[in-house]
Amino acid sequence: MLEYWLGVATLTGIYMIAVLGMSVLTGFTGLFSVGHAGFMAIGAYTSALLTKTYGIPNIFGVISAMAAALIVGLLIGYPTLKLKGDYFVIATLGIGQATKLIIENLPGITGGARGLTGIPPGSSFLTVLIIVVVVIWILRNFLRSKQGRNCVAVREDELAAASIGTKVASYKLLAMGISCALCGLSGALLAHFMQYLSPSMFSIVKSDELVMTVILGGTGSLTGSIVASLILIPLPEVLRFGAVQEWRMVFYGLLVVLVIIFRPSGLMGNREFSIAGLRRFFENMRLRMKHGRAK
Amino acid sequence: MQDKEAILELRNVSKYFGGITASEDICISVPKGYIYGIIGPNGAGKTTLFNMITGVYDTTEGEIFFNGKKINGLPTAAIAKLGVARTFQNIRLFGSLSVYDNIFTACQKNITYSLLDGLFRTPKCRRQERAMSDYCEELLEAVGLIEFRDQQADNLPYGLQRRLEIARAMATSPQLILLDEPAAGMNDEESMALTAFVQSIRDEHGITIVIIDHHMDVIMALCDHITVLNFGQLLAKGSPDEIQTNPDVITAYLGVDD
Repeated sequence: MLEYWLGVATLTGIYMIAVLGMSVLTGFTGLFSVGHAGFMAIGAYTSALLTKTYGIPNIFGVISAMAAALIVGLLIGYPTLKLKGDYFVIATLGIGQATKLIIENLPGITGGARGLTGIPPGSSFLTVLIIVVVVIWILRNFLRSKQGRNCVAVREDELAAASIGTKVASYKLLAMGISCALCGLSGALLAHFMQYLSPSMFSIVKSDELVMTVILGGTGSLTGSIVASLILIPLPEVLRFGAVQEWRMVFYGLLVVLVIIFRPSGLMGNREFSIAGLRRFFENMRLRMKHGRAK
Repeated sequence: MQDKEAILELRNVSKYFGGITASEDICISVPKGYIYGIIGPNGAGKTTLFNMITGVYDTTEGEIFFNGKKINGLPTAAIAKLGVARTFQNIRLFGSLSVYDNIFTACQKNITYSLLDGLFRTPKCRRQERAMSDYCEELLEAVGLIEFRDQQADNLPYGLQRRLEIARAMATSPQLILLDEPAAGMNDEESMALTAFVQSIRDEHGITIVIIDHHMDVIMALCDHITVLNFGQLLAKGSPDEIQTNPDVITAYLGVDD
């Protein structure tokens, strides 16, 4: 049983990496994508095939996976991010679907719809934990840097961002690159954890889950994305047992609706979780208790 | 005026949107260190002029020079980097960010660290960030916004939002600031504070200013030189006194009895 929950925790960490990537793109730069599961798939199959076919160590497989997802992401992003309007979202929809279909229709290489087996194992709980911590640290640094601030400026107001000297298209491309590389990393780790891949793991539903987790956590909050990942990713597993099994997607939907109604800006809004913030929260609570409902 | 070096020069600039003439054959030369006013009735093409100077629109005809360098055709961000900052008629702040972050985001001129420095927060990155942070605090102090430092920009009162937008333009260390109706919607008291503020930007920071506004008391008190536009065309140029007594200007603004 412990092994099972450790597995759930590992899986949560793996998907959290993809969610963090989406957080940079959607939460901080304000760009929506409905196809990032496609970049997870690119990462997953790249690492799986390289390690399985050529016997190279997992670590190089994972690095190649990130590079592959990054390159495809930049190739898609370069022409579409310069356009105004919804073309970028449409392009991500296309790439997400196309990736899945290509994998399904290359049975000789990818195993097709039946899936790919015999992937070298890896992605222990500890490895994933360390990678998650490093990713969070790097992203926190990124968001506190000039480059991160420029991404946020683009989200807030593109024209105002340009008027202070921010190259809007370049920073959109940067956010796209970061999100794709992290989705590639996440996919590769998933491949070595499951030791089995099938195209159905990277459907549009998975892409939507990534965006939804970011929005529920609060766009513009890294800690919000982390908290939302910790709640939403293991949820289907927690609800897997007993009679609730058929109801788990209903619970999932219900939770989403509740957050939208009661916290429209997401669990954390655009604030970051901090010890000082927590202390302030309890201090306010205490004062409110003390003075009653004066207002 | 001729002895002063021009920081901004528009040579025969025209802009057509399809069959509509927004600006036609505009020639303006802004000397360094001036506060230069552009006035005219609504739809005279004043904001269009700003949009062409900052690269939001390309000119249909004519050329624009900044410090002798041709800038029309360059992207907005590149023009901003050269030292042209602006504010917008309908305020465009980074609304959900704090006052401090609005300023901090705009402070980029002396930040040279690379993306990798940023990702790993190297000592170089930390040093530059600290220096910039100090500079931002000083700027907030100087423009009188320090007490609102942690407030969300959207929640500021209107007059302070205008002030913050100007401060954000200053944070880019520009040589020229274009102010698009900074006094719009302000009462007398607020517009007097604004007048003093704009005056201080020129006097204390040596920044040249081009200002569009409808508040004649603001324009007349501030400007060294004024250009009047009407229906996209140049109507008059001159000192505030000359403009106030110019019969063409009075006709355009007030209309005359037949």
